[in-house]
Amino acid sequence: MGYSFTAPDKNWAREPIERTEILWIIIAGSWCLFMFVWMIAWHWIGNQNMNTEAYKTFTDVYAKKTEEFTKQYTVRQDASDPSLPVVAPPPGSDVYIAGSIFQWRPVLELQKGKSYRLHISSLDYVHGFSLQPENINFQAYPGYEQVITVTPNKAGTYGIVCNDYCGLGHHTMLGRIYVKE
Amino acid sequence: MAITTAQSPFRTDPLTGLRIDLTAQALVKTNAVLAVVFLLVGGLAGLLVALTRWPAVHLLPADLFYMALTAHGLVALVVWIVFFEMAVIYFCATSLLNCRLAAPKWAWAQVVLMTVGTAITTVAVLQGESSVMFSAYVPLAAAPHFYLGIILFAVGALIGCFVFWGTLVIAKEEKTYEGSLPLTVYGCMIAVVIAVFTLATGAVILIPAFLWSLGLIKSVDPMMYRVVFWGFGHSSQQINVTAHITIWYTVAGLAFGAKPMSEKVSRTAFLLYICFLQLGSTHHLLSDPGLSASWKIVNTSYMMYLAVLASLIHGLTVPGSIEVAQRRNGLDNGLFEWLRKCPWGNPVFSSTILSIIIFGFIGGISGVVMSVEQINMIIHNTIYVPGHFHGTVAGGTTLAFMGLTYYLVPVLFQRQLILKPLAAIQPWLFGGGMAVFAVALMGAGTLGVPRRHQDMTFAGQALAYDYGGMNQLLMAIGEIGGVISVVGGAAFILIIVGSILMGEPVPANAKCIVAPPADAGGHKKIGMGGFEAPGTFVLALTLFVCLVLYYFVNFKYLATLWPLT
Amino acid sequence: MSNEPVEQQTVLQRVLDDINFIMMLGLVIPTVLYTLWGVMEVASLPIAR
Repeated sequence: MGYSFTAPDKNWAREPIERTEILWIIIAGSWCLFMFVWMIAWHWIGNQNMNTEAYKTFTDVYAKKTEEFTKQYTVRQDASDPSLPVVAPPPGSDVYIAGSIFQWRPVLELQKGKSYRLHISSLDYVHGFSLQPENINFQAYPGYEQVITVTPNKAGTYGIVCNDYCGLGHHTMLGRIYVKE
Repeated sequence: MAITTAQSPFRTDPLTGLRIDLTAQALVKTNAVLAVVFLLVGGLAGLLVALTRWPAVHLLPADLFYMALTAHGLVALVVWIVFFEMAVIYFCATSLLNCRLAAPKWAWAQVVLMTVGTAITTVAVLQGESSVMFSAYVPLAAAPHFYLGIILFAVGALIGCFVFWGTLVIAKEEKTYEGSLPLTVYGCMIAVVIAVFTLATGAVILIPAFLWSLGLIKSVDPMMYRVVFWGFGHSSQQINVTAHITIWYTVAGLAFGAKPMSEKVSRTAFLLYICFLQLGSTHHLLSDPGLSASWKIVNTSYMMYLAVLASLIHGLTVPGSIEVAQRRNGLDNGLFEWLRKCPWGNPVFSSTILSIIIFGFIGGISGVVMSVEQINMIIHNTIYVPGHFHGTVAGGTTLAFMGLTYYLVPVLFQRQLILKPLAAIQPWLFGGGMAVFAVALMGAGTLGVPRRHQDMTFAGQALAYDYGGMNQLLMAIGEIGGVISVVGGAAFILIIVGSILMGEPVPANAKCIVAPPADAGGHKKIGMGGFEAPGTFVLALTLFVCLVLYYFVNFKYLATLWPLT
Repeated sequence: MSNEPVEQQTVLQRVLDDINFIMMLGLVIPTVLYTLWGVMEVASLPIAR
């Protein structure tokens, strides 16, 4: 007798558990354990994991690094927006991209199947780095520099969209990566 | 230890047989009315957001859109829900423990602080200088009174938690109940503990942000802010989960005479919540730089998914207890006779069952999958996230609260519901619309559409990225669902406010509306194959299969992406 | 107080009924595992070259 809103029997913890619940706890519990192990295992069996390499930095330091990197490897101005340099760094090198209101700079040109150490940071607010149509998403902070090794596996033109709110022009914040065969 | 017993007046409610403390009743009514008022505000802001993200309508310009989105997030996600929770915890602690409310003056301070705080922050948002979203990530600055209002609100809510706790202490001292707390009060207690952690964490991060906005401190580290903020922002949603699950258990008793299948299992599941649910705050930081995989994995999995296990348990035991009660009452044929013969036209029941289904199948499955460390990279900050949490908070929490409101208006306001035919379809409008909204947005998010974004077409931008027609379609379908649920929300407010103002008084000799306890003697053999709740078990297995399939589909998709190390 | 023999309550029941212990658990575990550990990870990041 009783409800959820009335006091339970005096020794409720001694009441037996019905079969429906026991079996469900075993099934659900096993699956929970599996998911836990699988998430850890993906660090070895999977190719998509976040590198935890990151540094504390300063926005002016990162801006300077990005600028030097841009100067060093600029190959042309972008056809869609001539004010934007297109940067083609050599495979295996450190590549810098900076978010600031309201742009991801510079435009990158990478080679398919080659790896790059991609550095991401922000020069002002918190931004979202969203690579489309791959739909790979990272958080970018001012003062923190993330390094992730990327290996583009399909050629094409990729958009970078800012997907965390950074001010009234947030929806105009874009960037681009070209991946060549 | 003697506590002076200040006798406050009680009345005995004819509908429930409960002895209701009149001071508590006034507080419960005030909090509930304020909650409904803010649901109206939050819902209107939500309508403006929906009409802007519906590509064919695209109603608001950027500044107004971000203002409406900030208001919608704060008011619908926090203000409406916390006011309602205050009403629930005061009601449960007093009426169910047969106790007076501790420190009523402090409880009124809670009402005043939360109301004033909400007003201050709302004004700040409407002034246009504080369109910084609910999360207000520094160094994006809002006006100082934006933070001040939230801090006052949080202090008010914290006071409410202590009033609840004090009432538990008094009830124990004065022996107003025997043995253990009833499960409903126990669930409230669990929610309050999570709330204390949440609000304390909020103070730790919002006070520095406030001081920074005043220029009193130079800067707040943006990453520290986000780590600590989500201890507040996400945990606040864990309060809601605990509260609405408590309401599920309660409605199962009120409407069916159900008793929990096993007190031991349900309470242990609540213990798992206490220990691990709040670790889920890390779900917002899985795609962030610098945090170690160990920290992410321990926290995102709620310590080996033990809090997920707890949710899966609650998801089985609540409908399971309804099934057992129905079978004991004679609906023992086949797998689903008990379910077919549920009162689907009764908004108390339909709100609750839809809340269970939407929370489990939409909010729950998506939440488990998106919080996998690696899968989060293909979901982080996309519109999948709002899709998910409208499945949990709107389809789960808000809908459950609506169901309880239908039950409690006649009890607390002693007025009968008006517009009963509308009330019968209202949960279906709100829940159905919200389900469409959540699923469509999750689809668009899977295809990359960003959240918090005024123009996914990037009109006039040199580097414009084309999200394609499929996404336009999904966003249109989703926002139509959103508009339908706003209509459902408006119907709810109309019925509730109308009933309070114009409903027929409940006669003093009204019949008790609490279902008689289902025969729980344990003698009558029910169920099939040794299972007392075989139908629920089959439904739970259906959820399980959906979860497993969806989990692996996402990993299959993840494996095709650019290799990342 | 009645003198009828009372069956001993289980440890689980006594733990679950101890609301102050529950409050302690609910504050300490997330503060340590989530907040403090997380903040320490951010604080211990090296400075970029």
